[in-house]
Amino acid sequence: MARDISFKFNGSDLKIRVKDHWTLLYMIREELGLTGTKEGCGSGECGACTVLVNGEAVNACLYPAVEIKGKDLQTIEGLASEEGTLHPLQKSFVENGGIQCGFCSPGMIMSSKALLEENPNADEDEIKHALAGNICRCTGYLQIVESVKAASGEGAEEIKAVP
Amino acid sequence: MKNFSYLMPETIDEAISLLESHGEKAGYIAGGTDVMVKIKEGNLSPEYLVSLKHIPAMNDLSLDRENGELHIGALTTHRMLEKSSLIRLQYPILHDAVINIGSVQIRNVATIGGNLVNAVPSADGAIPLIAMDARVRFRGPRGEQTEDLIKFFLGPGRNILEHGEILTEIIIPPLLPRSGSAYIKFGRRAAMELPLLGVGVLLSLDEDMKHCTRARICLGVAAPTPLRALEAEKFLSGKVVDEKTLEEAGRIAGDESKVRDSIRGVAWYRKEMVNVQVKRMGMKCLERIK
Repeated sequence: MARDISFKFNGSDLKIRVKDHWTLLYMIREELGLTGTKEGCGSGECGACTVLVNGEAVNACLYPAVEIKGKDLQTIEGLASEEGTLHPLQKSFVENGGIQCGFCSPGMIMSSKALLEENPNADEDEIKHALAGNICRCTGYLQIVESVKAASGEGAEEIKAVP
Repeated sequence: MKNFSYLMPETIDEAISLLESHGEKAGYIAGGTDVMVKIKEGNLSPEYLVSLKHIPAMNDLSLDRENGELHIGALTTHRMLEKSSLIRLQYPILHDAVINIGSVQIRNVATIGGNLVNAVPSADGAIPLIAMDARVRFRGPRGEQTEDLIKFFLGPGRNILEHGEILTEIIIPPLLPRSGSAYIKFGRRAAMELPLLGVGVLLSLDEDMKHCTRARICLGVAAPTPLRALEAEKFLSGKVVDEKTLEEAGRIAGDESKVRDSIRGVAWYRKEMVNVQVKRMGMKCLERIK
């Protein structure tokens, strides 16, 4: 079965015809053509497909596309400004070496965004707890945690202060 | 992925009649973190998925002021339980369990009802609920029924629900005064792993704050279904609870457990860990009693 659904996609209203058996990940990558959201394991273990639904991190690979109806969906493509100015978290990942091969980075950054929006002063333990569902196979976890730390609390102010 | 129709009823009765009319070709879906994986792996191939997410009030958390019962809607996500200050402060054993189920991404959509219905021996949600003498309510073509949660599980992946029946809520009776509770998901790493063992302990003390009026010791992954260490509970009941009696309770619980060898751990080690963790959780209960 197919049906028309409307939802907010990276800040704008979007209407699309989806099939019942599509996952949100399939819709984003194959139908909308936005490939920033990655498919890793496809079974909710690795977090590469993390997107935000109503501000909360979810695995797009297990989320039925029809369930996005009426909700607010954010993907990594929605973070930088139209002119290309990076989001503070993206900037922090670049500056602190939080990216190696880059495959896990969109998911890492979306999980971090959900965390910092709820808890702008997250400490190291809270960051690790929030990122437990995001796997990095280059194992650059130290730099990833550092990147999020630099973007949280007072660090966030420093990032914003950089011209 | 296999083609299916996704139906979104808005009442329980509508959901039940949809499932009845489509028979074996239909199945329920809640958060979908298990169902979707099963479909992708080919272990489940429904033609119709009946979503329970659009039925109002299925994810309510409500405390009945009259009788002190806590009602947890089956569609309550683990994340809602994790963030609830009522759960964290009054039912810490449940908080201990839900904070380490899956990841944030999973907890945001996976439901406590789904965790129970899946009935895997490693289900972290079940152990603390059983330790609190929880009951479950379910509804289907046969009408509405209530059963003790410990009797809900029949074996790995099997529960008492018949086709068409929906788990609607979990009911936790009021805790006795001066109760403390704790749960540990014990494994090699904290995150994103199924436990080697789950141990939940709940202790209630007499007014003298020494003698045990009620003990609950519940074990996960220690048998095909969640297991209550009844002999160990009986041993503690009426006794002064301290390090020594808890150590003995742990030993009895280890003997009662039906641990076995698996890829995650060997039986003798699991049994040792029952001994150790029952005692540790008992000590934590004592710290938490108020």
